[in-house]
Amino acid sequence: MNRVSKHFSLALAGLLAVTAVAGDLKIGVAEALTGGAAQYGVPIRNGFQLAADEINAKGGVNGNKLVLVIEDEQGKKEEAINVFKKLIFQDKVLMIFGPTLSNSMFAAGPVANAAKVVAFGTSNTANGITEVGPYVFRNSVMESDVLPVTVSTAVKHYKIKKVAVIYGNDDAFTKSGYDVFKKVLEDQKIPVTTTETYVKGDVDFKAQLTKIKATNPDAIICSGLAEEAANIIVQARGLGLKAPFIGGNGFNSPKMFEVSKTAGEGTFVGSPWANTNPNAANQHFVAAYKAKYGSDPNQFAAQAYDAMTIAAAALKTVKITGNLPADRQALQEALPKVSITGATGPFKFRQAAPKDGKPSGYDADQKPFIYVIRDGKFVLFTGK
Amino acid sequence: MLEQQLINALTLGSVYALFALGFTLVFGVLEVINLSHGAVFMVGAYAAITAVTRFHAPLGVAILAALVVSGLLGLTIDALILRRLRARKAPHLIPMIATLGVTTMVTSAAQGLFGVEVQRFPEAMLPTGEFVFGEVHLRTLELGIVAVAFLLMALLFGVMRYTRQGRALRAIAESPKAAALLGINVEGLFMLTSFTAAALGGVAGVLIGLNFNAVTPMMGAPILHKGIAVVILGGMGDIRGALFGGLFLGCAEVLSKAYLSSQMGDAVAFGLLFLILLVRPAGLFGRVLERKA
Repeated sequence: MNRVSKHFSLALAGLLAVTAVAGDLKIGVAEALTGGAAQYGVPIRNGFQLAADEINAKGGVNGNKLVLVIEDEQGKKEEAINVFKKLIFQDKVLMIFGPTLSNSMFAAGPVANAAKVVAFGTSNTANGITEVGPYVFRNSVMESDVLPVTVSTAVKHYKIKKVAVIYGNDDAFTKSGYDVFKKVLEDQKIPVTTTETYVKGDVDFKAQLTKIKATNPDAIICSGLAEEAANIIVQARGLGLKAPFIGGNGFNSPKMFEVSKTAGEGTFVGSPWANTNPNAANQHFVAAYKAKYGSDPNQFAAQAYDAMTIAAAALKTVKITGNLPADRQALQEALPKVSITGATGPFKFRQAAPKDGKPSGYDADQKPFIYVIRDGKFVLFTGK
Repeated sequence: MLEQQLINALTLGSVYALFALGFTLVFGVLEVINLSHGAVFMVGAYAAITAVTRFHAPLGVAILAALVVSGLLGLTIDALILRRLRARKAPHLIPMIATLGVTTMVTSAAQGLFGVEVQRFPEAMLPTGEFVFGEVHLRTLELGIVAVAFLLMALLFGVMRYTRQGRALRAIAESPKAAALLGINVEGLFMLTSFTAAALGGVAGVLIGLNFNAVTPMMGAPILHKGIAVVILGGMGDIRGALFGGLFLGCAEVLSKAYLSSQMGDAVAFGLLFLILLVRPAGLFGRVLERKA
């Protein structure tokens, strides 16, 4: 083959490659797939992939296939910024899902906002995330919407007079959960016997629990991730501490039962999602996830799954012109109008209050469910 | 409450001591701060859990599998990295950095191989017994960990003090060159030490994985930090030091959480560590200064 025809065929091949993807909708996914936060990032990625595959199998969005450009942001702020830049400027995606941690969204969100590209968090629950700007969205429910309902329901049910508190104080998620609990307890005028802390990676909580036992509380409030929380419950029962637990968002995972078995009986949890929620979308999601990945989904996978459904619903109303800035803008304008019923139940957005006179992004507007653990399962609490 | 807290301190301290034994052994003989000990510890736990879940092995066989797999990993690390660095007379910092690299590689490999999620031993496998004395609770498994930590320490101490190999190891610790001149098979004993230390780390991984019933690729990191503190406190390379350093750190942590504030646990433990090092710079049992003289 001579040089000219070689170049010609290369150009032709390039052209073919371009035409092949002309009808694709490129969506960036920036999640922590390695490192400590991978335990959240991987189920989130799976949730996106499952939803996108299902949508594509049904013919895509208006005939266009969803193509995920998946990047690993390693749960690090710096890496999240790099990945966001790559997705926005190099891969030219329509919008980005992620990053996994609230801290990373505070760092990378402004990059997307300045470039006028939607950054859609599915696992960021810290306060103030959406104050970054109008291009920042999330469907993760904030604990300040969930916990007041959880606490008042449990207090009424168990006739609680005083509580002890234990929480992880070096994690943005569990610390922010604690801050909300603290405010709720003050608002509802419930005295706290003692407040104990632990740090990430701790596996022995007996010192704190022995101390809690000595103060004889009616219930124990715990803001921790499922793994830690389950170990805390097991060790509490091992020490003969019988008071019921009230948990934050982190409790909401089937992991709770793998470790705690029956030790967690009577625990109250509020959450946007639980694996036993009987709505049809959720039952389908739980079964499909298990079939595809061979493990039970968690709340993070459910929220990612719903987020993809929300984005697809918005894209359905957008006329893709091929002019990237215009398409990105149209998507940002279409998203707030979406309202769906997904694995986490009925969902719509609510614009956050403006910060310093500048418009904010969009938070989840969702009602929490209150669950109680009975026979090693989350059961929707119905007042009994 | 105090009785229960003392029991809590004893079990936590034994966990630290169990981990620190292998760590201090490598330092004592090879003079390497082996930062891959946390990763070896994690591999031991995974070896046992794989034996149990994949091959339905009983717990004893699983512990044996952990011992062999992590021991072999220790040997491999020694053969591929530490031995080459020894041959080139690399300064102390180099093997430390190299083993840090091993940790990253092994942890990432485990994440790829076993996934990032927590794995557990099947419920039926766990010893469920419990001793209750009034208000004080102690589980059989915790008692087992305390016993194993003390037993292994005594065994290692005895081997080092009273056997031919032990004498040879102590000679190497004084001066590898002089030991080689005396006809001691230095490389062979280095390999034996690497195997033993890693095997001990692997067994610690299984016991601690069982105790908290959580095995993850990241489980080695937090305990490595505590392990380093224990070894420094006990005296680098001293076997008794690993046990007493572990118990000391366990007590300091638990008691400060109990009587001060749980926020202060690490602050008090490491503050005390600092104070002790001011008084005894070589740690509780350290002989670094004597050896230099």
